[in-house]
Amino acid sequence: MFDLNWATIMLQSAPLIIAVCGETLSERAGVVNLSLDGSMLLAAMTGFVAAYVTDNTLIGFLAAAAVGAFFAYIVAFGSLALRLSQVAVGFVLTLLGDSLSAFLGQDFTRLPGPWVPKMPIPLLKDIPIIGPIFFNQDLVVYFTLALVVFTYWWIFSSRPGLELRSTGERPEAAFARGVHVRRLRYLYAVIGGALVGIAGAAYSLDVKIGWAEGHTRGLGWIALAIVIFGGWSPLRGALGVLLLVGIRSWIGIYLQPTAGADSTVVILNAIPWLLMILVLLVVSGKFSGQLIANAPPRLKRPLRRLLQVAPPAALGAELKEG
Amino acid sequence: MNGGAWLKRAWILVPIAAALVLTTLLLYAFGTSPEVAFRAIWDGVVGTPTGLVDFFTRPQGSTLKAIAFWIPLFLSSAGLLITFRAGLWNIGIEGQFILGALGATWIALSVQLPAPLQIPLEILAAMAGGALWAGLAALLKRWGVHEIFGGLALNNLAIILTNYLIAGPWQPPEGGSFRGTVPFRDEALLPLVGSTRFSLVALVLAAGAFTLVVLALQNSAWGLRLKALGRNPRSAFLLGVSSNREALLAMLFCGALAGMGGAVRVLSWFDSLRQSISGGIGYLALMVVILAAFRLAWTPIVSLFFAAVLSGSIVLQLRTQLHSSLGDILTGVMVLFVLLFGDLGRLRGLFRRKAKDDV
Amino acid sequence: MQVELQSISKRFGKIQANDKISLTLKAGRIYGILGENGAGKSTLMKILSGYQAADGGRILLDGALVHFRSPSDALAAGVGMLYQEPLDLPPFTVVENYLLGQPGGVRLPARRAARELEKLGAAYGFKVQPDEYIRGLSLGERQQLELLRLLSGGAQVLILDEPTTGISAKQKEILFGSMRRLAEKEGKTLILVSHKLDEVQELCNQAFVLRKGKLVGGAKVPCPNSKLVKLMFEELPPRRLRARSKTGTSVLELKNAVVRSPRLDLQPVKLTVGAGEVFGLAGLEGNGQELLLKACAGLHPLAAGRRLLSGADMTHLGYHASIARGIRYIAAGRLEEGLVAGLTLTEHMALVTEEPVFFVDWGSNRKRMAERIKRYQVVGTPDSLVEELSGGNQQRFLFGLLPDTLKLILMEHPTRGLDLRSTDWIWQQLNQRRKEGTAIIFISADLDEIVERSDRIAVFSGGRMSRIVEAAKTNVDELGHLIGGRQ
Repeated sequence: MFDLNWATIMLQSAPLIIAVCGETLSERAGVVNLSLDGSMLLAAMTGFVAAYVTDNTLIGFLAAAAVGAFFAYIVAFGSLALRLSQVAVGFVLTLLGDSLSAFLGQDFTRLPGPWVPKMPIPLLKDIPIIGPIFFNQDLVVYFTLALVVFTYWWIFSSRPGLELRSTGERPEAAFARGVHVRRLRYLYAVIGGALVGIAGAAYSLDVKIGWAEGHTRGLGWIALAIVIFGGWSPLRGALGVLLLVGIRSWIGIYLQPTAGADSTVVILNAIPWLLMILVLLVVSGKFSGQLIANAPPRLKRPLRRLLQVAPPAALGAELKEG
Repeated sequence: MNGGAWLKRAWILVPIAAALVLTTLLLYAFGTSPEVAFRAIWDGVVGTPTGLVDFFTRPQGSTLKAIAFWIPLFLSSAGLLITFRAGLWNIGIEGQFILGALGATWIALSVQLPAPLQIPLEILAAMAGGALWAGLAALLKRWGVHEIFGGLALNNLAIILTNYLIAGPWQPPEGGSFRGTVPFRDEALLPLVGSTRFSLVALVLAAGAFTLVVLALQNSAWGLRLKALGRNPRSAFLLGVSSNREALLAMLFCGALAGMGGAVRVLSWFDSLRQSISGGIGYLALMVVILAAFRLAWTPIVSLFFAAVLSGSIVLQLRTQLHSSLGDILTGVMVLFVLLFGDLGRLRGLFRRKAKDDV
Repeated sequence: MQVELQSISKRFGKIQANDKISLTLKAGRIYGILGENGAGKSTLMKILSGYQAADGGRILLDGALVHFRSPSDALAAGVGMLYQEPLDLPPFTVVENYLLGQPGGVRLPARRAARELEKLGAAYGFKVQPDEYIRGLSLGERQQLELLRLLSGGAQVLILDEPTTGISAKQKEILFGSMRRLAEKEGKTLILVSHKLDEVQELCNQAFVLRKGKLVGGAKVPCPNSKLVKLMFEELPPRRLRARSKTGTSVLELKNAVVRSPRLDLQPVKLTVGAGEVFGLAGLEGNGQELLLKACAGLHPLAAGRRLLSGADMTHLGYHASIARGIRYIAAGRLEEGLVAGLTLTEHMALVTEEPVFFVDWGSNRKRMAERIKRYQVVGTPDSLVEELSGGNQQRFLFGLLPDTLKLILMEHPTRGLDLRSTDWIWQQLNQRRKEGTAIIFISADLDEIVERSDRIAVFSGGRMSRIVEAAKTNVDELGHLIGGRQ
């Protein structure tokens, strides 16, 4: 485990972690933004093109954030104003984002573009072990680290976070306490969407630099599954991403010599999806329930905390007004 | 019918027109005259301007090509009517379609029988393959994994499995290409009309499948149980409906139809198993059924429209070098607009609430 | 604080929930608002507390006109409401729940709030544990916390909506004590919404009665019950007390049945219920009676022990196998658990038809439904959607769906949310079934209903079933002791 390149794993995890944080915020407010896969693709394309044209990565990130926010706004509008199924709107947007990114980005495929430069932090980067992993990186990684800590604190320990959680758990109770449920749902959906957009650009401008059709295809769905695995906590979600990326690079290193390149590619491609099934089976399924029921009493609570997660109670539910 | 009711009926044309306008603007932005584009799409559907007249006299026309593309899409859409009725989001249909193609390919490559035996065997294998993948998603759902996530993972695994088979066990003997298997024997392929990719057998299969779906949903006790399950699973259970069993059956039924679609795809549209054999037909079928508002009668029409636009946009790409995803954009924007703004009653409710909030 | 309601009106669709209601309530007094279910009590109080907007009318507090857009507006003006199901956040801790909605900075003053809450609780005799999760608390404790929150928010007028449903006798005592104290010592205006006459008589200074959305009168209490009853019901519904039945052969037998759930494990249960017997399960919500009822139906597996139906083992049979053997489970929420919104009455009929058919014969099903509609006096047509029926008619329809002969009916809260007339009708139906030899097991939160309707009774407390008592030889007081966990 220790000879893995954890600095690279951290870098490769960063975009997914950003997306997971964004979606976690949105779902904590009760809005499932299922369009992640499509909005990430479109944002990755937009971010790359904007940065390529202006030669400025910051503008690329801002454009990508705008795209993600816009898609999230459509989901929120469909659900909150028109009372449509969030799943239906999100799914349609997923496909639309995919085809829009293919069409609009057709002239910018496989071009060399700008990227985010490395920016080691003096002194901190020299700390043994964690220095190279966390502090010999670029701004995207630093942003990701700060984002995880901040959203975790915000959701669980701040007053606005209390309001955010109440919105997704029991909107009628939140309303009775004077929380502006509708406004908060829009707000967090749009912020979450903007983060998803930034995640897309983090691929095309930092981790997998450039643009090609289907550049991040599939990653949005993986992020959605990790939000569940993470129990709607940014910290646990981030750990989930690191675990997934870590397992993949471990397989890359250890399997390749024995299994040969072709089989390794098959396994590497299949791993995220197999893990997705496995992990969702564990956290939401019956098996962990049986395991916990048969565990010694003292282990029941920690096991339950580790293995089972409960979604916000009003997740995806229609907003009823008094 | 009074004016209000007419307006409500006709309103659906507004979002459709808006989608067309938006796509036209996109074309302008990319320096293509919309006239050229829509002409290309039109030609893609009916061939020459007199294509419809030529339908029987010149059967290699584009119309048949659009229909050939339509059949697998329609089969998948018909299957989805069943799962949506049961309240299931069978996003895994893409994978079920692919598994159908794999099932048909497996028989085509490994069994050598005369066509009247070979083809039914291939189609059965395809239906079994689709049903297997659908059954897995249903099983995962029973164990607590939502069908959207289970289905999605299975879709990607199906693609990976296809690539593995093409590059490995089913690699052509001359090796190398990674793009597909060897072309199947003629006896293993559906009989085609002229030099098109259209097969009457496939059309008959589609008609039969749709009849089955209509009967199941409108007249059968099973269809009624699915409806109850889709509306309120808890009540349905207490009224004696076995949710696990019916959900599994609905998924198997849908998977079998999608698998049949996959068979039609490899055995008539192509002549071998290719990479990205489905190319998103399963996802497209979901869009069809959403745009058709889950209604039986609209599904064939909407899927035909989708097939026409998409085969047209391939012609467009050949002529103008514009990416063929333009067709997907047109259909996608249309589904989105109709979903958001297609129901006048919903929009009125929105404005009434707005007005109330402002007081 | 003096509250004046002037000509308050509210309409929901076809129903005039409140029809020009005017009331004046003075500080330092406790008022009772009485009425049947659907009389408009809750609607009126939701309007006063800002949860709903009235269609017409005015609210004055201490003579000043107020206009509430939300419950927090109302609380800021001094009106707080305690809902029947407290509007709190189950996954929150007590202190988080207390802090939600309070103004302040981004940081949460959790420790200070915890101390504040404990102090406030101590002042009213409530024990508060700030770090507990709300979902682990009893209904009574959650009410207490809501009350504290409203008081700390500055409530001068407190509305309590059916606060004694589902709380223990001891908690009720504490609640009533603090209500008296709030009125007499602190000069607050208290409003008790209830349909229980005894409570209003015991606690209030004055009662107002609503009927069909109108204020029909008021009285200083205590006063003779008959006076209030006459106001509540235009005519007194005839009360049919039933003769005790002879119990036949054993229908359902549980042999040392053990039921486990994540929240509660039941102690082994030994129970035999005979044909034609009515067996009542009493206890506070969540003490195990619901679990046992589900286990009887095969809706919840037995962890150990056996379940026999007419002597035949059916320990491992699920609900659908139980249905086939003549058992039915009727849940409390009709449109949530029982009927399917979006389906017509005929479609329901076809759904429960037992003979296996592939194609539905719509003609014969419609005919059968029409006949049932007549027999069970359902207001509706075979083609009505089930959600178009009123609550009472939905309950009638649910009975209309039952087959003619049944061995065992298991029922949650048979009459919760129904008026006296519908209550009476339901029990007529159940008693008819009983005469035909059906055994009936039911849960009720209403002890009077338990004592009045059952042959034998068992009480649940903390997952333990009490000894079985004869209904004829017991009374509400004894059951109250058993509910408290004494044997």
